[in-house]
Amino acid sequence: MDFARRLTAGLLFAALAAGSASAQTLVYCSEGSPEGFDPALYTSGTTFDASEHTIYDKLTLFETGTTNVIPGLAESWEVSEDGLEYTFKLRQGVKFHSNDMFTPSRDFNADDVIFSFERQWKDDNSYHEVSGGTWEYFDGMSMPDLLSSIEKVDDYTVKFVLNRPEAPFVANLAMGFASIMSKEYADAMIEAGTPEMLNQQPIGTGPFSFVAYQKDAVIRYARNDEYWRDPADIENLVFAITPDASVRYQKLTAGECHIMPYPNPADIEAMKADENIVVAEQEGLNVGYLAYNTTQEPFDDPKVRKALNMAIDKQAIIDVVFQGSGQIAKNPIPPTMWGYAEGIEDDPYDPEAAKAMLEEAGVTDLSMKVWAMPVQRPYNPNARRMAELIQEDFSQVGVDVEIVSYEWGEYLSRSRELDRDGAILLGWTGDNGDPDNFLAVLLGCDGVENSNRAQWCYEPFDELIQKAKTVSDQEERAKLYQQAQEIFKEQAPWATIAHSVVYMPMRPEVQGYKVHPLGGHIFYGVSIEQ
Amino acid sequence: MLKFLLSRLLTFVPTFFGVTLISFAFIRVLPGDPILVMAGERGMTEERYQALQEQFGFDRPLIEQYIEYLGGVLQGNLGESFVTKRPVWDEFFSLFPATLELSICAMVFALVLGLPAGVIAAVNRGKLFDRALMSTALVGYSMPIFWWALLLIIVFSGNLGWTPVSGRISLQYFFDDVTGFMLIDSALSGQKGAFGSAVQHLILPAIVLGTIPLAVIARQTRSAMLEVLGEDYIRTARAKGLPPQRVVGLHALRNAMIPVVTVIGLSVGTLLAGAILTETIFSWPGIGKWMVDSIFRRDYPVVQGGLLLIAVMVMIVNLTVDVLYGFINPKIRKA
Repeated sequence: MDFARRLTAGLLFAALAAGSASAQTLVYCSEGSPEGFDPALYTSGTTFDASEHTIYDKLTLFETGTTNVIPGLAESWEVSEDGLEYTFKLRQGVKFHSNDMFTPSRDFNADDVIFSFERQWKDDNSYHEVSGGTWEYFDGMSMPDLLSSIEKVDDYTVKFVLNRPEAPFVANLAMGFASIMSKEYADAMIEAGTPEMLNQQPIGTGPFSFVAYQKDAVIRYARNDEYWRDPADIENLVFAITPDASVRYQKLTAGECHIMPYPNPADIEAMKADENIVVAEQEGLNVGYLAYNTTQEPFDDPKVRKALNMAIDKQAIIDVVFQGSGQIAKNPIPPTMWGYAEGIEDDPYDPEAAKAMLEEAGVTDLSMKVWAMPVQRPYNPNARRMAELIQEDFSQVGVDVEIVSYEWGEYLSRSRELDRDGAILLGWTGDNGDPDNFLAVLLGCDGVENSNRAQWCYEPFDELIQKAKTVSDQEERAKLYQQAQEIFKEQAPWATIAHSVVYMPMRPEVQGYKVHPLGGHIFYGVSIEQ
Repeated sequence: MLKFLLSRLLTFVPTFFGVTLISFAFIRVLPGDPILVMAGERGMTEERYQALQEQFGFDRPLIEQYIEYLGGVLQGNLGESFVTKRPVWDEFFSLFPATLELSICAMVFALVLGLPAGVIAAVNRGKLFDRALMSTALVGYSMPIFWWALLLIIVFSGNLGWTPVSGRISLQYFFDDVTGFMLIDSALSGQKGAFGSAVQHLILPAIVLGTIPLAVIARQTRSAMLEVLGEDYIRTARAKGLPPQRVVGLHALRNAMIPVVTVIGLSVGTLLAGAILTETIFSWPGIGKWMVDSIFRRDYPVVQGGLLLIAVMVMIVNLTVDVLYGFINPKIRKA
């Protein structure tokens, strides 16, 4: 670390000396260490917070606090009529950060865009194998099948050609894996024999530049004064890594940090009552569900699934499992997402009617398994407890439930199997704010034996979501998704259980923080009141 | 003495190979596939799964994987973390000084309080101080670390504001690692107040981590002292008219030290186990938390390498304890 950087950082952090909040330094008590700083290599939100939302930009961006896609490093784009060609006009005069090893000699241009994708896509790219080369998101979003070519039209124009129309493509480009890296830096690091520096000493165009990282302790960033948008209000951003939620709460109370994620649900009431803490909240872009195996008797009969759904007391689950920090889910997509079918009525909680429906369907003395996840997720903070409540509910309608659980990797692997025995508790957090990311991934025919845990392939539904991929008009797509949700409700491959509510406790002096529906923690646009 | 040292060193070799085998087998016996854990809810196609199996070498026979691992270990290469893609060796040594520093301070805390407490309790056997001390030690020994740490944080950091909540040093101080030991580096940095801040940050974690060893040392010192104080030579020393502090401090304590040193040696294991929780609560960037995270992520190279390095450390401590016995009791040296 050079002297100048050390001095700057030292001086600016000195403002925290008295333990009081500084006007220029924001301390975020983050929940864990990032796996690295190259968002394309990883899938965890902790890593994305530390990299894509601070250091990098993408061609398109999600407007903070919404799932709307806005121009990023691309000023504008055009889509061909057949939906196969996306031409992006790139922003000029965008500067990359510099560090001890690298000072950029040119502005951002088309070469950087092509490099950022080709390193993930092409086997012969010199970065394809660097740092393990597991491009989970790029592969997970089916980019290798989707992309036909990426062409440089001129220095500031890039054309993506697709193999099939894919309406969510522009939203996909706003995701972390699509972060734009500096090709010049990458080349310099290959030459220096240290290509892994791209992941360890990141260079981007984002609102903050990377200063230093001590594993499990602290990450430091400095404001990028040459940022292409208005420079950030905060001069220094510090992630104080604090894994325990109770300790984060204590640090917030003691003024050792300004803002913290993931509070314990049990602490929220006390936080709301504390005048030194403001709690921002928003519905999370997620869904927790119970997926039947629709290929297994008697769950292949929609009437049986519907009857079981009516036997679940969802309000009790919200009260007990979510301790109030959740809301009942009636559709497979969350209500904050465009295309949500507001008009659909949820199945009523009616054990008597459920019992009668089961008898009508010829189901008596049913025994089944309910799988409970061994991990906590926002969409299901305590799957074991949730399974116990469902067990109790089902016993009221004469269904005997055995709760099973496995180690997480085993759980994910076994639950994909077509002949899996029983219904499984699982959930999903959205990646790109597009309904396709829920409906096609979790319920489409392509997802059977993989992410479609209900093993549900229902043609009328699948046709609608496939059609929606090819339409570029959002209103028209929303109509198709609403029809698909109606079919989903009739067919009931899942019991939709809950959407969580996300809470962000912060000090009152923090201004302008918006809870991001996609789950990221974004500090551009945040300021500290003096 | 040299022969004694050599014989102890020779026992190192089979233990070392045993540990490589156990650490290799341990993580593979646990259910859970690192590739599937990495893929999460999204899952992955069969082809991609196979490709990754091949890339990580999981498709090869276990014995082949073990030999390759052992070959690497013998050349000082512990592999790269699946997750961070950084060499295990680098990660371990960037984090280990934090654990070591905390463990040493916890042990110093335990010794400084535990030894005199045990001696005073033994000398005042059956009196109020003895009973109070032994009851306190029992409570300390049974204290759940997690609860104890949070209680201290809430009282001393939250309510009284005397100590910082967590971390190793206040965020305002920013300097390069020289030794990795914050107390030393903060003093070397020349930044005003840095050393004091590092000390303040150490107080609560050292107390929490040192509580169980403190209780064990106090109890062990007491019982060893009681045994020695009943010996004939102590009666002789007293009969010769030596002042009581000399009898207790010199004649009794030195002989009572053997079982106490054993307990101190064994406490290293307890400290490392306690460090896992203490580090998590106090956001202390050491190897305890690093190991736990890597077990959850099934990060094979980190778990294997970390276990091996920790085992080697414990072996070194035990060797040191053996050598210390020799100094305390020459009879052992000659045996």
